[in-house]
Amino acid sequence: MFLRSALAWHACFHRSFVRSQAPVGCLPHTVSFATAADAPLHFCVVGSGPAGFYATDRLLKRFGDAVRVTLLDRLPTPFGLVRSGVAPDHPDTKNVINHFGQWAQDPRVEFVGNVTVGRDVQLTDLRRFYNAVILSYGAESNRQLNVPGRELKGTLSAREFVWWYNGHPEYRHLPIDLSATHAVAICGLGNVAIDCARILLRCPDELAKTDIAEHALAQLRQSAVKEVHLIGRRGPVQAAFTPKELRELLTLPGLQVHIDPQMLQLSPVDELEVKSTRMKRRVLEIITKAASASPKGTTDRHLHLHFLRTPAGILGDEEGGVSGLRLEQNELQVGQTGLGQRAVGTGRFEELKADLVLESIGYRSVPLDGVPFDQDAGIVPNELGRVLGGSSGSQPYERGLYVSGWVKRGPTGIIGTNLVDAGITVECIVEDAMASALPTVPANDCGAQALVAAIQDHGKQVVSFADWQKIDAAEVERGKAVGKPREKFTDVDEMLAVCKEQ
Amino acid sequence: MTAGTHEGTAKPGAETISVTFHDDKDGSEKTVQVPIGESLLEAAHANEIELEGACEGSLACSTCHVVVEDPGMYDKLPEPDDDENDMLDLAFGLTDTSRLGCQILASKELDGLRVRIPGATRNFAVDGYKPKPH
Repeated sequence: MFLRSALAWHACFHRSFVRSQAPVGCLPHTVSFATAADAPLHFCVVGSGPAGFYATDRLLKRFGDAVRVTLLDRLPTPFGLVRSGVAPDHPDTKNVINHFGQWAQDPRVEFVGNVTVGRDVQLTDLRRFYNAVILSYGAESNRQLNVPGRELKGTLSAREFVWWYNGHPEYRHLPIDLSATHAVAICGLGNVAIDCARILLRCPDELAKTDIAEHALAQLRQSAVKEVHLIGRRGPVQAAFTPKELRELLTLPGLQVHIDPQMLQLSPVDELEVKSTRMKRRVLEIITKAASASPKGTTDRHLHLHFLRTPAGILGDEEGGVSGLRLEQNELQVGQTGLGQRAVGTGRFEELKADLVLESIGYRSVPLDGVPFDQDAGIVPNELGRVLGGSSGSQPYERGLYVSGWVKRGPTGIIGTNLVDAGITVECIVEDAMASALPTVPANDCGAQALVAAIQDHGKQVVSFADWQKIDAAEVERGKAVGKPREKFTDVDEMLAVCKEQ
Repeated sequence: MTAGTHEGTAKPGAETISVTFHDDKDGSEKTVQVPIGESLLEAAHANEIELEGACEGSLACSTCHVVVEDPGMYDKLPEPDDDENDMLDLAFGLTDTSRLGCQILASKELDGLRVRIPGATRNFAVDGYKPKPH
């Protein structure tokens, strides 16, 4: 799961509303349009992860029969991070794809996979074919540590590692050799970091019953990893992980957990922070319990939680590989505004041994040609989902262009966060539709039909939802042979070949 | 505790209680009859009330979050366990009387229960906006 500080997002969320415009009257459940019967509105949703699917669902609910939605994905497979992000040992979290699948099969919806905007089709084309385009393509990159040694072989991002064990086609050949890896240092204390640690430390026989990619399982069975270090700049009170993920990791059978008890001594400001949310309170209880647990684990696998440490450099050996991590010890200082405490380096350094370093300090969205992008925030600048920066000059928004999900608000929150987020974006679209502020499209050359024709003109194979169902069935069938719920295809050509089968 | 499967419709003669759902999104309200033992998530779906249940009652999400309006009624519910609290911690608009709809099972003493489905309302969306006095 990807829950990096749901509450922090909450706060931003709240602030962004204050800038909103004056209230409008309560809108009816489904909006009706005079021209609905003969000319429905055509919407294109770019990216079929949770943000895209929840936007689609809201569009269907709000516009009723007066809407057609095309849902694009650059991969032949839908569901975004539910497929390539959610950990394989969290199958219940993936149940949401049952809902997504129902929406995708709605007669008003067309899934079109294997289409990359900017390569197979241009955004300008989409804006010509659709009354509105909703960008929900998520965050396909990550923030990087600003330290020397990143170029050493053995430094990867946690995102790449997650996509590798989840069988994302672009990361199946990630240069990784767990049979020669003894210690892993994971920089970051969010749930992605926890997922990586758990996958590395958990008994492979248990993972063998999940939909983990076969190449990853094979390596985990040969793994020499005995030590995993989780490293955070601040203290246990400020860490971004959530109780469920933390408890699950700290109570892995036989695992030896190491936490410096000094780190659990809270300052008065820490105490205040803990009191402010029950989640922090529960996180602290779990850490305290793990720190004092006896007897210690029975296996030779060790987890070390390091607080108040900032990576200062990645250390290398003669062959250009990673050999360790240099850390600076920190102190917490109260910021200028209220409770927030920041980490300040003390000038004291230490080193730990590691032959794999995973950066897990946040995902990051990538810009799309023709769309404004805020490099600092790593998002498309927007107000409630309307993309800012209209070129006409007379209005602040890009007409007919919207965002939803991580590319709108940054890479935080859980799957369900997108439900609320997409709802707000779709309300903007409803308002704009009612104010006749959406671009018009030629009645005989618009929507999915026009789009697919334009793409196929270039000889590109597109993937329909029925095609995906063939891939899905084949994966489940492959899984049966090895006792897994599915064995994913990790090669796009293989997927496309399955689609062509009768 | 995980919600089991149920047909989700009140069978004739089956004992039911009355539950009211108030939806923050559009201010709509619906009172429905819920058979004893059925979860509020199932009841919502059986009655076309918009309550998402992304993980299908497996305690792996918080999308069926509801707020029990009457604290007295909240106290009548069995305490949430760790698994439910884990999910509630991440719920949108968490309150002291928040629960997951999949974990509230209809029982006699809950007759007349009122719950609110938190969402981003228009009012919430303009939070901070103060209408000028006339």
